[in-house]
Amino acid sequence: MKKEGEVRISSGCAISGIFCRDGRRISGEAIKRSIAVMHSRSNGLGGGFAAYGIYPQYREYPALHVFYDSETAREETERFLGRRFDIINLSKIPVRQSAKIVDAPLIWRYFILPLPHMLQDSQLDEDEYTSRAAIMINDSITGAYVISCGKDMGVFKAVGYPEDVADFYRIDEYEGYSWTAHGRYPTNTPGWWAGSHPFSLLDLTVVHNGEISSYDANRRAVEMYGYTCNLLTDTEVIAYMLDYLSRKQGLTLKECSEVLAAPFWSTIAIKDKEERRRLSYLRKMFSSFLITGPFSILVGFSGGMMALNDRLKLRSLVAAEKGSTVYFSSEEAAIRIIEESPDRVWAPRGGEAVIVTLDKEAVS
Amino acid sequence: MRRYRIRKDESCISCMRCARECSFGAITEGEGRTLVFHHGKCTDCQRCVSFCPTGAIYVTEDGNHFRSNSVFMEDDIREIMLQAETGGVLLSSMGAERGNVPIYFDRMLLNASQVTNPSIDPLREPMETAVFLGRRPEGIERDSDGRIADNLPPHLELSTPIMFSAMSYGAISLNVHRALAEAAAQLGTYWNTGEGGLHESLYPFKANTIVQVASGRFGVHGTYLNAASAIEIKIGQGAKPGIGGHLTGKKIIGDVSRTRMVPEGMDAISPAPHHDIYSIEDLAQLVMSLKEATGYMKPVIVKVAAVHNIAPIASGIARSGADIISIDGFRGGTGAAPKRLRDNVGIPIELAIAAVDQRLREERIRDRVSVIASGGIRNSADAVKAIALGADAVSIGTAALCALGCHICASCHTGRCAWGLATQDPALMERLDPEKGAARLVNLVNAWTREIKEIMGGMGINSIEALRGNRLALRGVDLNSKELEILGIRYAGE
Repeated sequence: MKKEGEVRISSGCAISGIFCRDGRRISGEAIKRSIAVMHSRSNGLGGGFAAYGIYPQYREYPALHVFYDSETAREETERFLGRRFDIINLSKIPVRQSAKIVDAPLIWRYFILPLPHMLQDSQLDEDEYTSRAAIMINDSITGAYVISCGKDMGVFKAVGYPEDVADFYRIDEYEGYSWTAHGRYPTNTPGWWAGSHPFSLLDLTVVHNGEISSYDANRRAVEMYGYTCNLLTDTEVIAYMLDYLSRKQGLTLKECSEVLAAPFWSTIAIKDKEERRRLSYLRKMFSSFLITGPFSILVGFSGGMMALNDRLKLRSLVAAEKGSTVYFSSEEAAIRIIEESPDRVWAPRGGEAVIVTLDKEAVS
Repeated sequence: MRRYRIRKDESCISCMRCARECSFGAITEGEGRTLVFHHGKCTDCQRCVSFCPTGAIYVTEDGNHFRSNSVFMEDDIREIMLQAETGGVLLSSMGAERGNVPIYFDRMLLNASQVTNPSIDPLREPMETAVFLGRRPEGIERDSDGRIADNLPPHLELSTPIMFSAMSYGAISLNVHRALAEAAAQLGTYWNTGEGGLHESLYPFKANTIVQVASGRFGVHGTYLNAASAIEIKIGQGAKPGIGGHLTGKKIIGDVSRTRMVPEGMDAISPAPHHDIYSIEDLAQLVMSLKEATGYMKPVIVKVAAVHNIAPIASGIARSGADIISIDGFRGGTGAAPKRLRDNVGIPIELAIAAVDQRLREERIRDRVSVIASGGIRNSADAVKAIALGADAVSIGTAALCALGCHICASCHTGRCAWGLATQDPALMERLDPEKGAARLVNLVNAWTREIKEIMGGMGINSIEALRGNRLALRGVDLNSKELEILGIRYAGE
C-alpha cells in the first residue's frame, strides 16, 4: 500500500484556534481541551498543534522541528545544516511516553542562524535561504522531514488523536499567544507522522478541514514557482500558495484570501468601481490560485491568525470573541468548552477572511 | 467512381424537391417528372434526404466493393486510379480521417465527487464558466497609496470556454460569417474571420470578432485590424500544417474579391510560410508590429498546427510577446487541403495540449500566456477534457458548421455545398438564414455550456479556472504508459 506522499489521500478533519490579541501567552492546555471535544471528527490517524510565542529566549533564530526515521538521516541533516547555519542550540524535543502514541520517529529541535558568508553568497534574503534549506532537506535527505522552521514558533504533530498528541508533546508546558490545532480523519492511509497537520513553511502554518476539488490545478500552478508538493495534501498546497502570494508576490493576507476564495463574478459585478477593478484584477491575475471545493483553514503567522472558508461555505467554521481573545473552531462546542460565555459568537461567511493580529501595544 | 447509391421507395410523390436541392448534380429531373440518379456524383451530403417530404429517398453505401486486400484497400486503389487519370494532388476537406490514430478524448474518463467532498448543484449554486484570455505580468505593482495597479494587458473575456474557429470568407459564405458573428455576440464569446478579410457589414460585431493575419495578408489593412477585439497571426492549421491555402478564382467574385483585396477570378494562394517570418525572432517583430498598429489595445494570438516539436514552438511563441497561443490538432478541419497532408501530418490535439501545458509550466511561463485548443472538439466532454489537460478554452469549427446543417460530406473544396455553407453560389448561399443559423449556434454552445456546468458540478468544481490543468480530473483507459506519461494522467483505477 502506498503511503501518503506517493498517493493523494482525502480526509475530513477538526480544526481549532485561539489567539490572544493582547500578546498574553497561554499554556497549550486550552487548545488541547478544545480540540478534544471534537474527538469524533478525527479517527486517530493524525493530530497536531502550531504554537506562536513559545521560544521568546530564541526569538531571533529560526526554530527547526525535525522528524528523523533513522540516526543516519539525523547525522546527514546535521551535516547539511552545519554547512549552512550556525546551530545555536539543539536538543531532542521532550515527550511523555504514551501507549496511545506509537512508532514515534526521532524528534529534534534546532535553533539556527544562517552563516553570514553563505547567506551573502546565496543572494537570497534570510527567509528564502532558510525555506530553501528546509525544502531541500525534505526533498533530498531520505527519512528527514522538517515540520516547521519559523521563528518563535513550532509545530507539534503525530499519528494519534489530537488530545493524545498534546500529552505526548507536553504542550501544556509551552506558553504561546497563538495556538492552532488539527484532528485528522484520513480515508485510507495507515497514518504517517510527517503527513499529519499543521503544515508549515517558515512562520506560516496551515490547518485545514476539507477536500479541495481544485487540487491538481493549484498544485501544478504553485510548482511552477519552485515549490515541490511532496505530501500531496491540500494543506501543503494551500500553505505553498499562501507563501507564494504573500511573501513572493507581496499580497496582503486579505488579498490572498480574495485570490484563494475569490468572490463570484456576480458578486464582483455589484461592487463599486474601484473594488470591482481590484477584485477582477486579483481573479484574472491569479486565476490558477483559486481554490474550489470545501475548505476551512486557520492560517497562523507571526503576530496573527487568519480564518477562511471556501466561498460556498461547504465546511463549518465558527468564530468567537471574549475580551481580547479570539477563538475559531469547526464546532461551537469546542469554543464553549474553554470559554463558556463569549462576548460574540458568529459564523464567518464563505470566502470572508477573519484576520486577527496582535494589538499594537502587545508588540514589543 | 461510385461510392453511394441513391434510392427511393414507393412513397415518392415525384415532387422533384430532391432534384432541386441536389447541388452536386447527382439527382436531376428527367422527362415527365421522373428522377434520374447519377450515383457517381453523390457526396452523401444528406440534403435530399433531409428535404424529401415523404421520406422516400435514401442514400446508401454502394454495395459493390473491390476484392478485399489487407494492404491495398479500396480507397487506395480508387485514389491511385484517380491520380493515374488526372496527374493531380488529391484534395479533400474537413478533418483527418485516418482511423488508426486514436482519439484520445475517448480514452479519458472524468472524475466525480463521492462522500469525501460534495458535488455542487449547478441549478442551485453559481457555476462559473467565464474565461479571460491574455498575457499576465510576472508580478503585481502598487501605486503610491499602496493600491494594486492594473498592470494587466488587454484580455479577451469569454462567458464560456468555447469560441468559434477561423473559417475564411470565401471558403465559407457571408451568411455563415454573419451567423457566427451574431451567435458570438449573443453568447459573449468570439468568432474568427479566418484569412479572407472581414466584410464591412460585419464591422459592428467588433466586440466579438477576432481578425486573422495569415501569410497571404488577404484583406489586411488598418481598419480591418481595428475592427476586432484581437488579432490572430495564423502560422498553420491542423488540417494542413506547413502549407498555405488556395482559394480558387471561381470563388473570388464580387464582395469576396473586394474583401480579400484580390482581383476577381484570380486564385488566392497564401504562401506556405509568412515571407516575413523565417524564424521565431521574426514572429516577435510581427507581433509587435500588429500591436503598434492597434495601439497595444488588443491581444495577439498566434495560431499553430500541432506538430512534433509543438512544446518548444509554443514556448518560443510565449516569449515572442504573443498573448495567446492557439493550437490546432491533427483532426482539425479545413475547406480544402491535400489529402495526404490532412491525413498524415501533425499530432492529435490531446497530446499537443498536454505537452505544451507541461512544457510551459516547466519553463514557469504557463501563467504568462493563455492557450486555446482546437481540432476535433466534438462535444462538451471533449472541451472539458481539453481544459483539464491544460487549455484555457477550446474553439470549434466543424461542430459549428454541423450546427448550421453540415453533414461532413467533405466536399467543401468543390464549392457546391448543398447546405449553403462552403459556397459562394448565390442560390446555394441563400439556403442559410443567418438569423436562424445564429440561433442554432447559440443553442449548441448554450447546451454544451450547461453540460460543462453539470460535469464541473459533479466534480465539486464551481469555477472553470479550477479545472484548467487539473489532470487528477482525468483517468485513462486503453492507453500505454508512454501515452499516460505524455498526457500526464493516471490509469483508471489508480
